[in-house]
Amino acid sequence: MSKVLIDLDQVGMTYEAASGPVEALAGITSAIGAGEFVSLVGPSGCGKSTLLRIVAGLRPATSGTVAVSGRAVTQPIPDIGMVFQAPILLKWRSILENVLLPAELAGKDPKALKPRAEQLLEMAGLGGFGPKLPRELSGGMQQRAALCRALLLDPPLLLMDEPFGALDAMTRDDMALELLRIWGESDLARDARKTVLFVTHSIPEAVFLSDRVLVMSARPGRIAADLRIDLPRPRTVELRASEAFGKLTLGIFRALTGRTVGAAGTA
Amino acid sequence: MTKFSSLSRQYWPTVALFAFLLACWQLAVSLGGIREYLLPSPLAVWNALWHSEIGWTQHLWATTLEIIGAFVLAAVVGVALGVAIAWSPLIANALVPFLVFVNTLPKVAIAPLFLIWMGYGIFPNMLMGALIGFFPVVINTAVGLSQVEADMLDLGRVFNAPKWKIFAKIRIPNALPYILSALKITATAAVVGAIVGEFVASQKGLGYVITTTQSSMNTAVAFAALIWISIVGLLLYGAVVLLAQLWAPWAEGVD
Ligand SMILES: Nc1ncnc2c1ncn2[C@@H]1O[C@H](COP(=O)(O)OP(=O)(O)O)[C@@H](O)[C@H]1O
Ligand SMILES: [Mg+2]
Repeated sequence: MSKVLIDLDQVGMTYEAASGPVEALAGITSAIGAGEFVSLVGPSGCGKSTLLRIVAGLRPATSGTVAVSGRAVTQPIPDIGMVFQAPILLKWRSILENVLLPAELAGKDPKALKPRAEQLLEMAGLGGFGPKLPRELSGGMQQRAALCRALLLDPPLLLMDEPFGALDAMTRDDMALELLRIWGESDLARDARKTVLFVTHSIPEAVFLSDRVLVMSARPGRIAADLRIDLPRPRTVELRASEAFGKLTLGIFRALTGRTVGAAGTA
Repeated sequence: MTKFSSLSRQYWPTVALFAFLLACWQLAVSLGGIREYLLPSPLAVWNALWHSEIGWTQHLWATTLEIIGAFVLAAVVGVALGVAIAWSPLIANALVPFLVFVNTLPKVAIAPLFLIWMGYGIFPNMLMGALIGFFPVVINTAVGLSQVEADMLDLGRVFNAPKWKIFAKIRIPNALPYILSALKITATAAVVGAIVGEFVASQKGLGYVITTTQSSMNTAVAFAALIWISIVGLLLYGAVVLLAQLWAPWAEGVD
């Protein structure tokens, strides 16, 4: 594996809720290499979003340690891009202004980044939609704009929390291909690519996108399986119909449902 | 002129009903033998609207000034208090119970105190309007500032944005439709406050005109004053609606 970017060591998280403590994560230990595309799958409520927030430094873990690029995470870490399930665009700003928001928030000159924002929109198939308001775009287009926003400052680490969850199946598959293209699957060397931590409910989506899939168990979330996806890149639509793809999908399904992991290849 | 034709299609029932009611009123007065001091005819009211000896201009001017002053004061103070409450929990804890208490006071009952403290004049009536109208602005400002998606705020934290920047770029624009919606209530409250103030203590203004007609039994003038009041009120309300469409066109159907 390449150089470790995210190092999780016995990470646990217990929320203090009004009804008593809620143990969301327990004993999460894993290392994610720079340039890796890693998906997190698991039943809803198993702490996937919580783990993403902990990695981002938005919330401190209640036990264990998290390090990104060798530095312990104690506060929001710089240079990351975040995409959530909903596009959460500011509805009073044009699409272009939304994509430029990170520049303004981070105290950078939005004018200087405007060409890059326009280029990103172009790449995401939103050329010409820059001056429109979010409500004038479909859900899928809004989500693509949110992706552009996350990419504006060219962060080496992308944290994505069910970014395609609200989309219909076809748009979703398109977006997956789009994401791999932006990630530089076919034109960038492995260590020049971004590290992606991608939460999804869809097993096929996880297999299609990832180098590795972490399967989490129900609450408190633990890593139940760590599966390597050794499918050739660039990934193609045809790949979804292949036997290898089916086997990997089944393997994750088994790990998720708690049955013994089959021949799908454990890491 | 499709815009005009769609407008006329929307409003013709309103206009028709209004015309019908006016006709009924005129007929009831001229055929029913109702006395002029009980219910003046629409024509009499129309004439009173332009009666020069009333000196409408100075009264209109005084009341309009009070209403606009009340509105601006309520808006500025209301937004400022709302921002302060959303900015710091400490300020919120200190202010909110006090503001709720002030809001539960029957403001009309305070008007005589204003007379004692400030005497006659435009300012105490302005203050009365502001007092009646500021509370919804405070509440809506504070609510609008805090009703921001948690993910949106996380986005701000990811970029290490300072608190004031989050306010300026995310929270305040988010609160704008809420504030504008409260200002519609304030526009109405400002009118009520100004007139109540004039009822209690004034030497000028449309409310004052109404109180003088009580002794002169000149009911047509009272009606005319009412019409002037509603014209000023409607204009202010319309201005706020226009402002809302101009400033927050994205917020269709917030209220
Ligand atoms: N702020 C919070 N306070 C209390 N409990 C929380 C909070 N956030 C999440 N939880 C709980 O922690 C568990 C994991 O939540 P989450 O990370 O959102 O799961 P997932 O993203 O996998 O669906 C859930 O049971 C949820 O109810
Ligand atoms: Mg989640």
